[in-house]
Amino acid sequence: MMPAHTPAVTTRARRAAVSSIALAAACGLALTGCSAEPSDGPGQAGGGDAEKVTLIVHDSFPNDEFAKAASAATGYDVEVVSAGDGGELSNKLVLTRGAPVADAFFGVDTIFAGRVIDNDVAEPYTPARLPAGAREYTVDDASADSRAGGDASLALVPVDFGATCVNIDTGWFAAHDVAEPATYADLADPAYEGLTVLLDPTASSTGASFLVGTVEAFGEDGYADYWKRLTDNGARIEQGWSDAYYGQFSQGGEGGTKPIVVSYASSPAFTVNEEGTASTTKALLDTCTRQVEYAGVLRGAANEAGAKAVVDYLVSPEFQQTIPDAMYMNPVDASAGLPEAWATFAPEPAAEQLHDLPATEIEDGRERWLKTLGDTIGL
Amino acid sequence: MTGEGRAARPSRGARSGTSAWGIAGWTLATAIPLAFLVVFFLWPVLSLIATGFADDGRLDLSGIPEVFGASRTWRVIGQTLAQAALASALSVLLGVPAAYVLYKLDFPGRGILQGILTVPFVLPTVVVGVAFSSLFGPGGPLASLGLDRSFAIIVLALVFPNVSVVARTVGGFWARLDGTSERAARVLGAGRIRAWCTVTLPALAPALASAAALVFLFCSTAFGIVLILGGREFSNVETEIYRLTVQFLDLRGAAVLSLAQFAIVGAVLVVSARLRRAGERAVELREEAERAKRPGRADIPALLLFAATVVLVHALPIASLVTRSLRGPEGSWTFEHYAALVKPPDGFPLDGPVTSAIWLSIRIAAAAACIAMVLGLLLSLVLSRRPRSPVLRRASGLFDAVVMLPLGVSAVTLGFGLLITMNKPLGIGFDLRTSVVLIPIAQALVALPLVTRTLLPVLRGIDERLRFAAASLGARPLAVLATVDLPMLGRSAGLALGFSFAASLGEFGATSFLVRPGAQTLPVAVSELVGHQAPGSYGAGLAAAVVLGVLTAAIMLAAERLRTDRMTREF
Repeated sequence: MMPAHTPAVTTRARRAAVSSIALAAACGLALTGCSAEPSDGPGQAGGGDAEKVTLIVHDSFPNDEFAKAASAATGYDVEVVSAGDGGELSNKLVLTRGAPVADAFFGVDTIFAGRVIDNDVAEPYTPARLPAGAREYTVDDASADSRAGGDASLALVPVDFGATCVNIDTGWFAAHDVAEPATYADLADPAYEGLTVLLDPTASSTGASFLVGTVEAFGEDGYADYWKRLTDNGARIEQGWSDAYYGQFSQGGEGGTKPIVVSYASSPAFTVNEEGTASTTKALLDTCTRQVEYAGVLRGAANEAGAKAVVDYLVSPEFQQTIPDAMYMNPVDASAGLPEAWATFAPEPAAEQLHDLPATEIEDGRERWLKTLGDTIGL
Repeated sequence: MTGEGRAARPSRGARSGTSAWGIAGWTLATAIPLAFLVVFFLWPVLSLIATGFADDGRLDLSGIPEVFGASRTWRVIGQTLAQAALASALSVLLGVPAAYVLYKLDFPGRGILQGILTVPFVLPTVVVGVAFSSLFGPGGPLASLGLDRSFAIIVLALVFPNVSVVARTVGGFWARLDGTSERAARVLGAGRIRAWCTVTLPALAPALASAAALVFLFCSTAFGIVLILGGREFSNVETEIYRLTVQFLDLRGAAVLSLAQFAIVGAVLVVSARLRRAGERAVELREEAERAKRPGRADIPALLLFAATVVLVHALPIASLVTRSLRGPEGSWTFEHYAALVKPPDGFPLDGPVTSAIWLSIRIAAAAACIAMVLGLLLSLVLSRRPRSPVLRRASGLFDAVVMLPLGVSAVTLGFGLLITMNKPLGIGFDLRTSVVLIPIAQALVALPLVTRTLLPVLRGIDERLRFAAASLGARPLAVLATVDLPMLGRSAGLALGFSFAASLGEFGATSFLVRPGAQTLPVAVSELVGHQAPGSYGAGLAAAVVLGVLTAAIMLAAERLRTDRMTREF
């Protein structure tokens, strides 16, 4: 699949042993537990009369494993429901405001944070044991702070983060004797004509994150022109991350031919060679935008105490240390530790390299930017 | 025949079915499916659309001129119609020879081929998209054709599942068409083609109209295929509603586009009803298929066309998919993707081994197929009757259209609509929004039109005089049903069951927009695997897609065997 199964393999193998047991148990549960029983979910595992609490999440979440671990840790019967990608999840939360589908949520990201806050979907809450350093990732939003009475409570609790960066196939550039690109501007250079794969920002939140970076870099007046130059330079726009990375990227392992793709800062950790000595790709750290994923308690939750316990669990050391392997993100808890390959081959961009915008500005501008792109390059 | 009860007299009531029981029965047969559609379809969809037209509790229609004033809207509508029209025409053109070869000719392996040809129809659109782009995209074996990201590839990918729809819908009907008239025409001196065009084609018209309308609806609301293969450039109304709802939460714009979608669907239904009515005379249908003949020299053109269709439209993309599911990182052959399904590595977006997803999908699809079959049977019986009262006849026509609507309404609209309406609906004590029960219901909504469209042409094709004759000979309404309608339904019921089961099994759109309570059906697992970042996840997704295809083929093959010979022998 991806060219190398990596140093991460060792860590993975260890975990796999544990999780395969968990999965086997989960399978048994799924066999007996599903069907017409509407109100009791996986929680039958917890057994007894544990009070039920529901967490609504985006699609790439380890539902079953989490439900079991969180049930054990919190004493509640934790049920996990999926609600689509980050954008779909956020919109569903907004639509069901007042009569929430769940008690707590996880997976609202930087792009949609403003929408969730503006619509007052979440009940401000700060976990008692918020990891050191987590405050660095909180939403920079004055109104949320004032509603919550100073900075005592957070409407959105940061759980993990990553960075959207342009990735390149270093081998391709060496073989073709072309200098590696380094900046946004390089991608529009004729030297790199027809080599880039972008993500549709209207369909993918990774793509939207890249768009935010270009707005930050080129300004309200310049980003549309930049995208125009990109597409004029033969950039291909895919709908989703996997279509782009696996389908088009020359190091995606699926026969793609393009050596430049929008992906994550952590991606090079998954293209390490057999010996574990080098990665065949690298992230361009001057083209990164931070993406934080948030959790929170839903306003009107049937089980508010349970929701708080689940949010507590999401930022607990026990869960934080599983984040890199389960979700390919960095835990907000700096002490949780990262797989070796991440540190070596996939460093995070430094704070001053990031092209970030405040959540309010993103909420304010997102629709306008997307519609402008629709008009300029037909997205 | 039922020999019990008092000797039946040909009473007026029995004859026209207007006894008190008869009225109660027909009312119930109408009310049950109607209630289902109203509660689980019309209410959610209309609620969401209403939300788009409400501004602080007041009606706000300003979105209509605004959206229709935008050039993008018209471009999108134009794309939708062009894609759907071309794909439907092509599907019918290629589907009729396929129907002929698969249902009128007899050759070894025919049954298996019939089953296999259903697979394209039930493969999740995600997979179809991936298969086509792996074939025509950069690095693919046919990349040099330059079809990637073109109008042509979208049309081709839309034809991929729909040739099967036409072949099956038309073929099932054709097989039981009495060939006497065509033979008579030949005897009277008409050439093969002339006899076919003047006798068989008009007789096939209702089935053709049904199939074409169905295909047009599928194509005009295609989602995954258009999104993956076309990108934004070739947006249709469906992907535009998705964009507005899921990305922008612009319910106003989405509501206006939903109206446009209703208009398109409505127009298709009116046109197809017209066509059907034009061709709607009672054709001579046999309750069992006419014996298929061995292919002769005159069948060569049809055979060639069929072979070309199967190879170019179907086999190539599927082969490309299967090949890729068997390729390792360095291009070596491997089963590792399949092994990963049984024992998913850490970090895979699977809730367990894929076997549990299969088992879950089968149970949910079985429930959905049951719902769809029961409702579909009732509906078909009701809709096949031609009430004497013009009001009732009009109502029947309207009802007929409502049944088709789930095919013509965006899955996003339905999914989000269910979300805002199914919170303890109708005084039911629990929140249906997060219930597993909602999944088979949503799937049944999608399968219902298929069941109805499969059964209805058969029932409508029954000569009304047969029923009158039975009644006047003393059969009571139930006996008429049991001896006239049901035997005719026999073969098609197996087909309808297979269709509804397979369609539910492969259903992706509506299922994926629900809030899923730990219920990962196979198509959802495929799409999550294909879209996930974990190394090996994409390949495992392709492998899961192959598994889904094989499973579906097996079900359709089994459905083929569900021929109810026993039932018809009695007749």
